[in-house]
Amino acid sequence: MIQVNGLTKDYGVRRAIDSLTFDAEQGEIVGFLGPNGAGKTTTMRILTGYMPPTEGTATVAGYDVVEESLEVRRRVGYLPETVPLYNDMTGLQYLKFMADLRHIPDAEEQAYETLERVNLQERADSYIGTFSKGMRQRVGLAQALIHRPEVLILDEPTIGLDPAQVVEMRSVIREIGKDRTVLLSTHILTEAQQICDRVLIINKGKIVTEDTPENLQSRLVGSQRVVVRVRGDADGLSARVTKVKGVRDVESKADGSVEFEFRAGEDVRPQVAKAVVQGGYELLEMRPIGLSLEEIFLELTRDNASGKKPS
Amino acid sequence: MRNIWTIAKREYDHYFISPIAYVVAFMILLTIGIIFAINILYFIQNAFQAFGQVPEITSITGAFGFLLVLSIPAITMRLLADEARMGTLELLLTAPVRDYELVIGKWLGGLLFVLSIVAVTLVFPIVLNGIAIGNFTLLPPLVSPGIDRQLMLSSYLGVILLAASFLALGVGISAIFTNQVAAFFVTLSTFVVLWWLIGFPASVLQGTASEVFRYLDMQAHFYNALNRGSINLSDLVYFFSLIALGLFTGTTAVEVRRWR
Repeated sequence: MIQVNGLTKDYGVRRAIDSLTFDAEQGEIVGFLGPNGAGKTTTMRILTGYMPPTEGTATVAGYDVVEESLEVRRRVGYLPETVPLYNDMTGLQYLKFMADLRHIPDAEEQAYETLERVNLQERADSYIGTFSKGMRQRVGLAQALIHRPEVLILDEPTIGLDPAQVVEMRSVIREIGKDRTVLLSTHILTEAQQICDRVLIINKGKIVTEDTPENLQSRLVGSQRVVVRVRGDADGLSARVTKVKGVRDVESKADGSVEFEFRAGEDVRPQVAKAVVQGGYELLEMRPIGLSLEEIFLELTRDNASGKKPS
Repeated sequence: MRNIWTIAKREYDHYFISPIAYVVAFMILLTIGIIFAINILYFIQNAFQAFGQVPEITSITGAFGFLLVLSIPAITMRLLADEARMGTLELLLTAPVRDYELVIGKWLGGLLFVLSIVAVTLVFPIVLNGIAIGNFTLLPPLVSPGIDRQLMLSSYLGVILLAASFLALGVGISAIFTNQVAAFFVTLSTFVVLWWLIGFPASVLQGTASEVFRYLDMQAHFYNALNRGSINLSDLVYFFSLIALGLFTGTTAVEVRRWR
């Protein structure tokens, strides 16, 4: 449904995306994961026909995004990051306007049905200016859905929502993604894990790696990092922890805690706990540290630098 | 065509909830109302001296010149600049709408709004002319035997062309800017030059240069032609060229935005 080949975009001298190549099948939810400024929005804007690429080609639903831009735009639903709404319109008026622009017959009926789909039917006649952030996001999503597009492109769809709204938005996206192609961007790892069938990690305009969330997880969690905290003075703690077999990468933190790593599958935590207690320390806490997105990037870029090919 | 209409309709509706639009409509109608009233009073006072002269509708249409120069920048400044600022331009540029449809739609929406204001002023020729249905006089005429209808049509055509030209230029300038205030002042300056200043070099220069500036002078095309009842091809070409120039500028500016 989406095919991207060598896509490059320069803003003046700055290269926003650098020869991206990827594709997305029908019925697939593909996550675009990356830090701010990685080039996610730029890629999406090219795929939605908002701007042309500097180099490379992209086809969406079989149409070229530059040559057949209007055909692409007819088949794509797009929710930009800054949800574009007219505050002076009611939810229903806004959706009807969008439906009219897309030449949808019985626009008003469709507008109302789409509002129902995002659970906003009660506020159909309220002005968008009075909507909460979560409601605005949902109207934006409704706008992207109104013409039942083959491809849905969502730029940070859950940003700024409260936890309950995030859960709701994710379930809506999963529901939609059953029979449509969805490309969504996020910088939240768990979100990509929960919703997506496949994740593309993008950094500094390049695809760093591409995999299913499960594979990505197991590849990244080759080792587990743990923090140990004890009551009172922690002098000599790190030396003690280091002595335990299987412990690697011990690091004393300024707050007195000690961090170490062990290989996945060789859980040395019981031994470490024993060693700490035997050393006369009062063990307060032993807690695994999840890899942050930043660490994943470091991990992945290190992989690339050492010549390992990302699978 | 359908997209143009959808966008124009949304824009037209928007004016009716916009305070600026009401201020503009109020200002235009109040000024024209006062001018009309003073005119009538003047002719009543001087009825015996003003041999054969009667109040003309051109005093109303003529006033539109400077009123449109001052008010249209306020009407057009937000048309595309505000969409760019609010991020809604991204919505329109990723909808299946061609860039020129967007620009023409915006222009048409503004034009319909200004025409609505102009339509209200039709009450003045009606007052002058009176209303008679068959032999029954509903409203007695102020001017006998009624007003010069051809002059009225020609001068109202002039007002419409003026408004359409100003609006097209305003839309074009609004498409260049993201800031409404910048769009307002650039539009106003352009109008001031076209309406008041560009004619001056014509009287100083000689030969072809003088002719060129004379042709560019907007006032001349309005006051010396349409508002006097003469419809010339050269005046129509002038106004249609301005409209085309404005809409072309707008479309190009929107396209350039995509490439940035």
